[in-house]
Amino acid sequence: MEPDAAQNPNPNPGAPPISAYYQTRAEHHAVVSSDWLAHAAAAAASDPSADGADGVDDADPLPSPGSGGVIEEFNLWRRKPDAAEAVAAIMALAAVIRSSRATTMMELEIELKKASDKLKSWDATSISLSAACDLFMRFVTRTSHLEHEKFDAAKSRLIERGEKFGEISLKARKTIAMLSQDFISDGCTMLVHGYSRVVLEVLKLAASNHKLFRVLCTEGRPDRTGLRMSNELAVLGIPVKVLIDSAVAYSMDEVDMVFVGADGVVESGGIINMMGTYQIALVAHSMNKPVYVAAESYKFARLYPLDQKDMTPAHRPIDFGVPVPIGVEVETSARDYTPPQYLTLLLTDLGVLTPSVVSDELIQLYL
Amino acid sequence: MDLRRPPRSSSGGVEPKIRQVGFFTPDASASGPSEAPVAAAAPQSQPQQTGAATESPPASRLSPGRLSPVMIPPPRHADHLAPGSPSPARAGAVLATSAPAASPARFDAASVVGDDDSWSRAPSAAELEENRSGLAETRNDGAPASIPQKQKTSKAERRALQEAQRAAKAAAKEAGLSGKSGGTAPGPATSKQAKSAKTAQKKDVPQAAGSVASEKKTSERLPERERKKDAPHPRMQFDDVHKVEKAKKRAVVNQSEARNRVELFRHLPQYVHGTQLPDLESKFFQLEPMHPSVYKVGLQYLSGEVSGGNGRCMAMLLAFREAIKDYSTPPNKTLSRDLTAKISSYVSFLIECRPLSISMGNAIRFLKNRIAKLPHAFSESEAKTSLQSDIDRFISEKIVLADKAIVSHAITKVRDNDVLLTYGSSSVVEMILNHAHELGRKFRVIVYSRVGTASVAMVAHAFGIPVLVCCEAYKFHERVQLDSICANELGDPDVILKVPGKADLDHLKDWADNANLQLLNLTYDATPSDYVSMIITDYGMLPPTSVPVIVREYRKEQLWI
Repeated sequence: MEPDAAQNPNPNPGAPPISAYYQTRAEHHAVVSSDWLAHAAAAAASDPSADGADGVDDADPLPSPGSGGVIEEFNLWRRKPDAAEAVAAIMALAAVIRSSRATTMMELEIELKKASDKLKSWDATSISLSAACDLFMRFVTRTSHLEHEKFDAAKSRLIERGEKFGEISLKARKTIAMLSQDFISDGCTMLVHGYSRVVLEVLKLAASNHKLFRVLCTEGRPDRTGLRMSNELAVLGIPVKVLIDSAVAYSMDEVDMVFVGADGVVESGGIINMMGTYQIALVAHSMNKPVYVAAESYKFARLYPLDQKDMTPAHRPIDFGVPVPIGVEVETSARDYTPPQYLTLLLTDLGVLTPSVVSDELIQLYL
Repeated sequence: MDLRRPPRSSSGGVEPKIRQVGFFTPDASASGPSEAPVAAAAPQSQPQQTGAATESPPASRLSPGRLSPVMIPPPRHADHLAPGSPSPARAGAVLATSAPAASPARFDAASVVGDDDSWSRAPSAAELEENRSGLAETRNDGAPASIPQKQKTSKAERRALQEAQRAAKAAAKEAGLSGKSGGTAPGPATSKQAKSAKTAQKKDVPQAAGSVASEKKTSERLPERERKKDAPHPRMQFDDVHKVEKAKKRAVVNQSEARNRVELFRHLPQYVHGTQLPDLESKFFQLEPMHPSVYKVGLQYLSGEVSGGNGRCMAMLLAFREAIKDYSTPPNKTLSRDLTAKISSYVSFLIECRPLSISMGNAIRFLKNRIAKLPHAFSESEAKTSLQSDIDRFISEKIVLADKAIVSHAITKVRDNDVLLTYGSSSVVEMILNHAHELGRKFRVIVYSRVGTASVAMVAHAFGIPVLVCCEAYKFHERVQLDSICANELGDPDVILKVPGKADLDHLKDWADNANLQLLNLTYDATPSDYVSMIITDYGMLPPTSVPVIVREYRKEQLWI
């Protein structure tokens, strides 16, 4: 991963020098990049045949060549084990550029926009999906000199950047796992909430590094994803204890740190995550336990909720096991917003950040 | 009170000014308020040793029967200035004052122009050729380790001293040529090379301030100097009698200082309201060098016709636009220098009418920057049209379009059945409310008066109610302000005498005659960032911690332009 280009997508010689903060970050990443390149190659190489096949699929000369192909490509990537939707979207968009028939920059951008809208409409409530699409668009079209070059050169540059972004996103979980290792020490107890693939990755790596720790896992009603998480952890040989959601405060004093994932990271530095995260963060904060959020950088969204109701609602039916009495309402929202003051650190593929840096990154990207 | 340091009298003979603040009875026993053995004024701007040393005598001298003054303790550390350096003569408020702390040549520079910005800074690229690290110290005033600055002070001080003397010579020459009234000519010219102090006040964002401050301390000399070029002008502190006298001599506007002023706010200017207008109006046709539209804007400020950050800024820019249109370069002068000098003189006049707001300060800085960046190849008419179009663009982009962007962001946060509380009358907020109403949202509005935003924000925060600040990005400033005292504007105290609608409540009618009574009408107050939930700017909705990011990004890429 070339951090300079990723963080500073304006590779013109007249650009102001990178500040020391970013330079150290770049160096830090340099440590990671060589072996992660190998991982990325392995991940990307796992489906060379599918890539080729999709190339054939996308090459059908329809009036709107991109749109149909996008969803197909998206579905293909999504079927890969453990693939996040957002990453699949990014790879699909990168494929759109590659296979585009456009002859001018404007045309290409319009195609991309259409493809991105189609992907976003696939699941309107997914924050990471729309955030990833927006970020991809900004990242890719943010090269300078784009207007001055001939189209082919510009297009190849866009393809390159699209693929880089895709690569970063694929490796993101592994980067985060690597960065989190410093926070896990022998003998510590962690609290996790429901099933998060990023957090699982972190714990997997820790276990494979032979760290000794224990995990308390909440049940995660209504999905009961906590049980699935505890299953996976037990397979790895990590001692797990399952709690019902209400037992979090009760068990908080034996916990050393809280690890959660995120559906989206918003501009204020807070996170939107599965229902119950806010509660856990509040309890942890009042008992002075650190709350670490593991989130990939493509989840940074330009939203700014002021309170819990200030988001697009996402509902999930809850099964109580017995029929709900008539005339009784049920709160079925699937997610909540945790304000930044309750979060300690964000572990992202851009590095270990404080919540206020999210806006910094977004401003730089959306400049 | 650190008595290990050598007494100040060894350092050049200029005693720091200290004055008593608080509730004291002007007694015969203690010498009157304005004399030496009194407690220091502003808490964080503490001058050094003797200030500390002389504080104990008055405290001990007080007889138990008297009211003890509210003593503000001196800070634990003090600026380490090399003994014998000319800068120790820092009267009263150290933090933003540069001129008193310098060579005599610069007392001329301490004219109304550079130092009067009680509310903003107005440096420009041309103005800030010179800077002293002595004033860089004030930047690190708040930070504990000012010791590494000690060596830098002396060298930079000497360098700056030289430049100041050179500047004074150039100023004297220009003074002869331009012949402006009130001697404002040396002012602008020397203010160009005037030393500028960073007022060391970052917005109270702990992380950013901490990291930036440490970055600054460890940076090299050269980039530090360049950064100081962006430093704001020192603000004139009005408790220094000599400087006030000098400023008065140069002043265009004749105003009489108000009586019965609150001690804590002596460092801010306060004049008797209504004395300036008739005088200025009579002088309208005599003030040759002043452009009529600038004069008009000044009068509008004085009378209160034009008010509000955006309104004042736009009026000022439009006046400058007219002035530029009518401008013609005198022979043997370069357009950029002369025009900058003229603009500076206009600014000093406007400051006399009413202290600058932050928006105006930033706009002036932008304008001077543009003037400085004019290509030399431009002819006069080309330069003038370019500047006029720059001003138009600034107004349309940073104010008009910015307001539209803010409205579009803010409208997403106005929901049906909301109750909104707003204070003062901000043009942007009014636009948002109008737009929301047009869109058919049902909401109620409570309007609250102007000062006291900080307390309203605090209460809202305590009850978990989000506080949204709508502000165009051109008003962002790198100054840090921890309280509402050190930089503010004193309004007309007579306004608070009267209760609207109840003319019979006139108990305070003769307040000026009562020596024990002082009225205070503050115009601004500082709200800590903890109470602000979100700032809506034309760059989107930001958390308060991102203000330095915007300042950094846009300063870096010169996107002010």
